[in-house]
Order: sequence, then structure tokens, then C-alpha cells
Amino acid sequence: MSAADSFAAPVAEVPGGGQTLLTVEHLTMRFGGLVAIDDVSFLGADGRITAIIGPNGAGKTTLFNCLTGFYKPTVGRLTLHHPEGEFLLERLEGYRTAQKASVARTFQNIRLFPRMTVLENLIVAQHNKLMRASGFTAAGLFGLKVYRDAEAKAVDLARYWLDHTKLTEKADVEAGNLPYGDQRRLEIARAMCTEPVLLCLDEPAAGLNPRESHDLNDLLRYIRNEHKIGILLIEHDMSVVMEISDHIIVLDYGRKISDGTPKAVRNDPAVIRAYLGQEEHEELPPEIMAGADNAGRSPDDA
Amino acid sequence: MAVSAAEGIDIRPLNLAAMVREASITALVVFALAIGLVGFETLDVPGGVAIRTRFADVAVVMALAFVGRIALILLREHRPRPVLIVAPILTAIMLVLLLSETIFGSESGAALKRFMPFHDPVVLWGVVAVTVILAVRAAYAQTHVSSSLTLEERDARMDRIGAGVQRAARLLGPLLLGAAIVLPFMPFADRRVLDIGVLVLMYVMLGWGLNIVVGLAGLLDLGYVAFYAVGAYSFALLATQFDVSFWVALPFAGLMAGTAGVLLGFPVLRLRGDYLAIVTLGFGEMIRVILLNWYSFTGGPDGVSGIPRPSFFGLAEFSRSVPDGTAFHEMFGLEYASIHRIIFLFYLILAMALVVNVFTMRIRKLPIGRAWEALREDETACRSLGINPRNTKLTAFGIGAMFAGFAGSFFATRQGFISPESFTFIESAVILAIVVLGGFGSQIGVVIAAVVLIGLPEFFRDLQQYRMLAFGMAMVLIMLWRPAGLLAHREPTLRLFGRDKKPETNS
Ligand SMILES: Nc1ncnc2c1ncn2[C@@H]1O[C@H](COP(=O)(O)OP(=O)(O)OP(=O)(O)O)[C@@H](O)[C@H]1O
Ligand SMILES: [Mg+2]
Repeated sequence: MSAADSFAAPVAEVPGGGQTLLTVEHLTMRFGGLVAIDDVSFLGADGRITAIIGPNGAGKTTLFNCLTGFYKPTVGRLTLHHPEGEFLLERLEGYRTAQKASVARTFQNIRLFPRMTVLENLIVAQHNKLMRASGFTAAGLFGLKVYRDAEAKAVDLARYWLDHTKLTEKADVEAGNLPYGDQRRLEIARAMCTEPVLLCLDEPAAGLNPRESHDLNDLLRYIRNEHKIGILLIEHDMSVVMEISDHIIVLDYGRKISDGTPKAVRNDPAVIRAYLGQEEHEELPPEIMAGADNAGRSPDDA
Repeated sequence: MAVSAAEGIDIRPLNLAAMVREASITALVVFALAIGLVGFETLDVPGGVAIRTRFADVAVVMALAFVGRIALILLREHRPRPVLIVAPILTAIMLVLLLSETIFGSESGAALKRFMPFHDPVVLWGVVAVTVILAVRAAYAQTHVSSSLTLEERDARMDRIGAGVQRAARLLGPLLLGAAIVLPFMPFADRRVLDIGVLVLMYVMLGWGLNIVVGLAGLLDLGYVAFYAVGAYSFALLATQFDVSFWVALPFAGLMAGTAGVLLGFPVLRLRGDYLAIVTLGFGEMIRVILLNWYSFTGGPDGVSGIPRPSFFGLAEFSRSVPDGTAFHEMFGLEYASIHRIIFLFYLILAMALVVNVFTMRIRKLPIGRAWEALREDETACRSLGINPRNTKLTAFGIGAMFAGFAGSFFATRQGFISPESFTFIESAVILAIVVLGGFGSQIGVVIAAVVLIGLPEFFRDLQQYRMLAFGMAMVLIMLWRPAGLLAHREPTLRLFGRDKKPETNS
């Protein structure tokens, strides 16, 4: 909690390194009497993968909903340090978060446009750009070259992400007819087609087989390394989290209980307690189990 | 997909008692329905109304229901043979009764007619249709020991049919258009045929307009006729009060209707699905009630009369003699004929409908059109992509309303007289039925549905009174059988690899 003061400074030290992209300060979200998020503050960095973990119902998805404009936080300030200026995300409602602040997200329960093709899903993602190019439909109606060029460019971008999500072959298939794993990747491709500065992924590996999960890790690393955007990742699979994330935030009952590099979090007694107390042993990853022994003996755990 | 008889189908022994019970229940239900509808008939007699009972007819109806149910059970239990024998016999008897006068000459024919269970030929034809369907089904079941299709299989199959029709539409469309263009010059194209043509085209245009709202944007609008009314009244009032000509009033009426669409859309577009349908239905009625009660402005139930007919693009009038101007027939050195105006109206509505069609086809491939479809699919996902759901829906609502306004102007100028009576909920229902029957988003489907639902009943005036019944039945069947509409099939708006091409295996 020593970092609390440093949030005021524009260039704060983010665990795991990188330039600060997102500053979350004292975020609280209440639903009636239920406090889903309780005074959570943290930093997210550009070009880094920040994992948000925690048991079921910890408030992870709610955090995403606050960040992406689906919920209006009860209290708190969410600042996005966008290259074009700062955005206060809590003030942008709904679609504007994606439109103005370039924050993209995926959903825990996949939300594609099932009766549109894979390619169309990716073109719809570029809606605002294409709307401008089509002169808000007028230029498009008359088939002006400006628009046709813009559309060709949009298809190129879509093609790029199709190639990188291994979906090129299925470009003209209805999204609803894709196998589950492909749908997950398509959702990421669609989010990337909005050309975001911050990508929020809600359990992208859920339901994937080990092979697909491995490919997903590669994809996320590729996005981080090549596109240098910030990634927030909610994930239950600790092997994924420990392998690819640069920075981990642990939530439990809406409160942040740990924040640091994977190594630090793995050894954090609070995390171990939260996970052990839960009695969901299948969720307890070997990494944390291994850490538990060390932590138990550490002197500051009095 | 014929599956060999041995596996998959269990042929149970027939349970006679259960069969009779089931059929009796059906007959009982029919009795409950028929006793009121068929059993009593009111007659106008001098000095009042008398009631005639027709219990014999009720009994016949019940017997038919009983037999029909038995036939259905037999088909269900994979025993089509008895049905195959009895159904054609019944068909033949009915046909003989129906056509008795033509077959046996009028005298003995009339004698035979006394045996007819119903004297209404429509009902008899209905019975014939049912027996024919049963016979065909039995014949089919006899030859293909069919596995009953699951809903998905049937849907996939229907989608293939829809896709086929749409592929054919690329040929069929121009062909139909060509037919429409030459229609007025055909020898059989008299006034009646052209009038029906105009009527059908009006509904095609309305169907295409509503298809933007319902088919593309997925907004179930049950008050579409309100915008039709706004267009018609805007036009009528402009033309009669301010002497504005058709060609000036038309765009203005469209604009007014579009504005009305946006204004009404604003508060209701937060609602989804059923709620939206109910509220739009309410708004539709509200507009009608306003038109009915704002006497000083709209003339209330008296309507607006004396609406000027359209001129030939402002150059000439369609009248025998024009005091201050040119008459159409003089301009082209023709003999005066009143049908000129109808031919002109026909081409006018054809052109207007085509504009809607071309507009829809184009806008579907533009970002706004794709956003409409995306909104229909998943509004939350749209928001996460930065699409403004409200504005996007409003454009769909507004554009759909604008086209209804154009159609309304045309209606006003064609009729010369409008009143709130023309804009009841039934109109909305008919237009929606055209869209649903044709298939959401299917342009050619709308044309076919309009021809079937509007053109055929007009041609067969006798059947007019059964139109609503047929509508209802068609709707129920569609909802059971294929909720997306008969010819619904969605063509992608763009493809990475051209149509029917397999992706090349590079990269
Ligand atoms: N719209 C809402 N209204 C009321 N309560 C809500 C709402 N959204 C979330 N909650 C509650 O907030 C708490 C946190 O939910 P959230 O979905 O954020 O958990 P999560 O960490 O994403 O869990 P999981 O791992 O299961 O996805 C839960 O108790 C949930 O019931
Ligand atoms: Mg969640």
C-alpha cells in the first residue's frame, strides 16, 4: 500500500515495468448492499500484460465493466494515459470508451455476431473509422473511391488479424458456426481490429484445450511485443497467468489483496491464504503451492 | 435423407382405443369452435334478424375432424397405406360434388348438390386441399420411409432453398423487373390488372422499407403504418392547403415521416424485443387517434379529399382537357385515355420501390448497414466496439419511416382521398406479415410474399373474406416451422474469398 501516494505522479513505478497506461484510484462499485469492488487502486502499463486474478465472484468482471463503460463506478477515478491525451474512463459512458479512448474488450461468455461471417465481424469492429470514410454513408452510397479504399484497408487489417489468429481459412464462415476455440480467438481478433491502446480480455483461455491455450499465450505475447499495447487479462488458469503476465493483481471479495510481479505475488502470504481458504483445490496451482511453503516460514507473516 | 426402414423407426402396434380417444378429443374441440361459428347463422328477414341453425353442418365438420385426426395418427405411426387409399377417394367425392353441375349438367348436378355438406365452395375447396395434402403426405411416407427431420435439419434445408432462391433472384430479379416494365403494354393489362399491380408494388415498397427496420436492424416495429399515415397526411395537407405540387411535396412528406420516425424512436429504442413491439404498436395507434380527433387540422374521420393527382413530372396533366397547361395526351400526340394516368402511377410506384430496393442493397454493404445487422445480433458487443447503438437504431428507424412516408404520399395521390381508416393496425400487420413470410432481410421474398398476400386475394375477390384467416394460419405455420421467414437466407456483405471459391492455401 506504500504506492498509494505515487498515483498522483504521472510517471509511477509499475510493478513489472513499462510506462503507465492506466491508473485506477479508489475504485468502488456497489450493487445495492453488495460491494463488488471495494476501494481498489492499481496501475496498468503499456506494452505489458497485467493479469487480474481472484476466486469466483471476486469482482474481476465488474472491474472490466467499470473500465469499459458498461458500469458507472460508485466511487473512483480511472485514468487512461492515451497517446492523444488523458481520458477519465469513469466519465465516458458506454460505447464512447471504445470509440474515444480506444479501450477494447472481450467477454467472459463469448459475444460475437453469430450470423455474420468471421470477416464481417472484423469489419464491424472498424465501424467508426469506416463511417467517417463513407462520409456517414453519403460517400458510400455513391461508391466513391475514398470509401472503397478505406474498405480495402479495413479488409487488409482484418486479414492481418485473421492470419495471426489462424482463422484466415474460415473468413467467410458464419461466426456462430465456428468451433469454440476459434470463437474465442475471433473475439480477440475483433477487439484488436478496433486498434485499441488497452485490451481487456475476460478469461480468454476458458474452455480451451492445452494446445489452443498454448497458441493463445503466443498470440498474447505477440500482441504485447509487436503492438506494444497494454493488456489486462482475467484468467483462472494459473499456468497461463504465471507464464505470460508481467504484473499480477489479486482480488478477493472485491478488495485488492496483492499487487506485484508474478514472483512477488506467488510468494505473497495473503494470496496463499485467499486461495487456501477457498478450499477449491483444483484452482490451487502448483506455483502457489510451492510458494506457500516458503511463505509460511517468512518472518513478516506473524 | 431417407433412412432405411429397419433402424431408427419404431413401428408400435396401434392402440385403437387411444386413437379413438385422441380423435374424439379433436372432434370435441372442433365442436366447441364450430357450434358458435357454424351452428348458427343470422339471417336478415323482414322486420329483424332471424337465426337459422345448421347443426347438420356442425356434425359434418366434426366427422371430418375425426377422420382427419385418425389419418394424422396413422401417418404419425408410420401406417400411411389406409390414408393413401381413403384420402384420394374423399378428394374425388368432394370434387365431384363441387363440379357436379359442370359434369352432370345443371339439373342432376343441382340435385346432387343437395348432398353437399357445405354450400360454400370455399369450405369445400378447403376440405379438398386438406385431403390432397394428406394423400401427398401418405404417398411420400409410403415411398420414403422418412425419418422426421429435426428443426435444425429442416432449417438448414430451408436455408439452402432460401439461398437457392436468392441466387436465382439475381436472374429472377431483372426478369421480374422486365416483366413489370412491359406489363402495361400487354394486351391483358386492363385497368384492373394495373390497379392490382400498383397495389402490390405499394406493399412491396412498404415491405422493403420495413425490412430495413425489422429484417436488418432487428427492431420489431408494429406501428409502421403510423409513418405511412404521416407521409400521406403531410402530402395531402401540403397539396390541398398550400397547393404544393406532387414533386415538391413528395420529398417533404418523406422528410416529415422520417422525422416522426426519429422522434418516436428516441424514447422507445431503449426497449428490446417484445417491449419495443408493444410500444411501437401503441405509437401507431396514437398517431391514428390523433388524426381521427384533430378535426381542425386533419379533418378527423372525414379525412382529406381532393388531393391532386400527380402530373407528368410537372410538365403535363393527365386530364382530357387542361385549361391552363398541357395535357399528357396532347404532349405526346396520343388519343386521350384514362388509363394513361394509371400506367404512369404504375411506373411511378415501380420506380419508387426500386429506389428503396437499390438503397437497401447498397446500404447493407456500408458500415451503417453492417452496424444494423450487428446490433440485431448483439447490442452489448456493439457497444464494446464503439458503435453508438442509439444513433444506429435511430437511422434505421428514420430511414424506414421515410420510405413509408414516400409510400404514403403515393397512396394519397393515388386515392385522391385519405382518412384515418386506411391506417389501422391491420395495415401494419399485413406489411409485417409480408416481411415475415418473405423472410427477414430477403428482398425477393418480400416481392413473392406481397404477390401472394396482396395480389392473389385481389384477383380472387371471392376469397377476400378468408384473407385474414389465411394470414393467421400462414403466420402460425411460419412461426412453428421457420421463424426466420420462408425465404430467409443471409448473403454475406463481403467475402475474403469470392463466392463458391475455396480459400487458396497460402500464408
Ligand atoms: N449487475 C450486477 N448486479 C448485481 N450484482 C452484480 C452485478 N454484477 C456483478 N455482481 C456481483 O458482483 C460480484 C462480483 O462479480 P464478478 O462477475 O465481477 O465476479 P468475477 O470475479 O468476474 O467472477 P468469475 O470468476 O466467476 O467470473 C458477484 O457477487 C456478483 O454477483
Ligand atoms: Mg467474471
